[in-house]
Amino acid sequence: MSVRKLPAPEANPETSPYWEAAKKGVLLLRRCTSCGRAHHYPRALCPFCFGDRLEWQAASGKGTIYSFSVMQRAPVPYTIAYVTLEEGPTMLTNIVDCDFAALSIGMNVRLVFKPTEGGGALPMFTPG
Amino acid sequence: MTNNGKACIAGAFEHPTRNAPDKSVAQLHAECAKGALEDAGLTKNDVDGYFCAGDAPGMGPLSMVDYLNLRVRHVDSTDTGGSSYLLHVAHAAEAIALGKCSVALITLAGRPRSEGMATGTAPRQGNPAQPDLQFEFPYGPTVVNMYAMCAMRHMYQYGTTSEQLAWIKVAASEHARHNPNAMLRDVVSVQDVIDSPVVASPLHRLDCCVISDGGGALVVVAPEVMKDLKRPRVKIIGAGEATKGQSGGDVDLTFSGARWSGPRAFAEAGVKPADIQYASIYDSFTITVLMQIEDLGFCAKGEGGRFVADGNLIAGVGKLPFNTDGGGLCNNHPANRGGMTKVIEAVRQLRGEAHTAVQVRNCALALAHGTGGVLGSRHGSATLIMERE
Repeated sequence: MSVRKLPAPEANPETSPYWEAAKKGVLLLRRCTSCGRAHHYPRALCPFCFGDRLEWQAASGKGTIYSFSVMQRAPVPYTIAYVTLEEGPTMLTNIVDCDFAALSIGMNVRLVFKPTEGGGALPMFTPG
Repeated sequence: MTNNGKACIAGAFEHPTRNAPDKSVAQLHAECAKGALEDAGLTKNDVDGYFCAGDAPGMGPLSMVDYLNLRVRHVDSTDTGGSSYLLHVAHAAEAIALGKCSVALITLAGRPRSEGMATGTAPRQGNPAQPDLQFEFPYGPTVVNMYAMCAMRHMYQYGTTSEQLAWIKVAASEHARHNPNAMLRDVVSVQDVIDSPVVASPLHRLDCCVISDGGGALVVVAPEVMKDLKRPRVKIIGAGEATKGQSGGDVDLTFSGARWSGPRAFAEAGVKPADIQYASIYDSFTITVLMQIEDLGFCAKGEGGRFVADGNLIAGVGKLPFNTDGGGLCNNHPANRGGMTKVIEAVRQLRGEAHTAVQVRNCALALAHGTGGVLGSRHGSATLIMERE
């Protein structure tokens, strides 16, 4: 079976800590020190209160499937999903290394990383 | 100040082509502009406002204004995807009310079919500066799978079924059989939809709209211009717009921006969903229709599946005749943007010019609504309420 090629994310100065951490197997979240809320995808200003003092925080890697869809009409079928992290935010991702037919909303998933073209890594999730 | 009664739709034209390898995109825009102006009984030299969106080639409105050789005093190229043209009608009415223009031309055209575009199934690489792109594109978001996740969540939360979604396509096909220009004119059954291949679960091929070339145009005018024209008077009485995104990670796929744009339009028009005799509802996918019907208040949240079933959207059969031209699901989705044709069919209904088999009797109050962009990530929402005087 052919392997799905993952394009490298194009980082910028605002987001490079996130992608550098991903290469080391860490999923970072941004948390605002003013309002206390974590968000995704990461921004320099808090999207809830425009607070400009934010911290990077390592996510636990535990989450649940909020929704998903198996893309059948693709050279290699894959599953896109929104996963709600234990810390609160919901992120767009893929569910991998599993039987897609057995997936369901609400299922517990855990973080894994998959290599991209160009030496990067993408946070994804697998049941368990 | 409100939009109610400040402008009328004097001209509407849907290009008859569905496959135009022999025409340029700019040419299609021009043919649509000509068609809509002729329909209104106006000429190119009467136009003093021009509106277009991202399908128009060139920087904003500049290339098309120059190509069409218009002399305008107001332009607007707001782009909210397929909902842009509904929003343009509202913006045109606002500009007319402020005296910024009196004859506004809105055009749309494109050739995704003859250019072989995999509209729904190929992830689209965008501008790297788009802030969400790096966090989404690598995961393979396509138009279909991002709408499919809304359907999956709706099914989970409200018990909606694939059979209920299929009824939306069935209704569209019942209407398309009367439209000689429609791409898909064969009536389909619920089983046909369920039996068509899954593109992105839970959406089947027949849950998806067509990919077509073509276009359309509208002419929105001031009431004092309208009184000298011979066309039936279609007045804009309410408009609402909204955008919805991922809210910093607070994702909720169970509703669309229609939850906000709909009530704004109804309040301005001073009417209720139950008063609407005909509705054009954006139908990129069956799930799009179902969620918008709920969010516009035609039924309660979560009841959409039951509402659309058993032919309730079929003209002459159900309570809410929708997309009587066959919609994007069967007729036409020019430039991958269906908002224009939504307004055009509503205008036909209000003028009594829809096909006799699908014409709503004494249709005096109609709604057109569009979702542009991607329902499952970020989209624009525009609602328009029109009245025949």
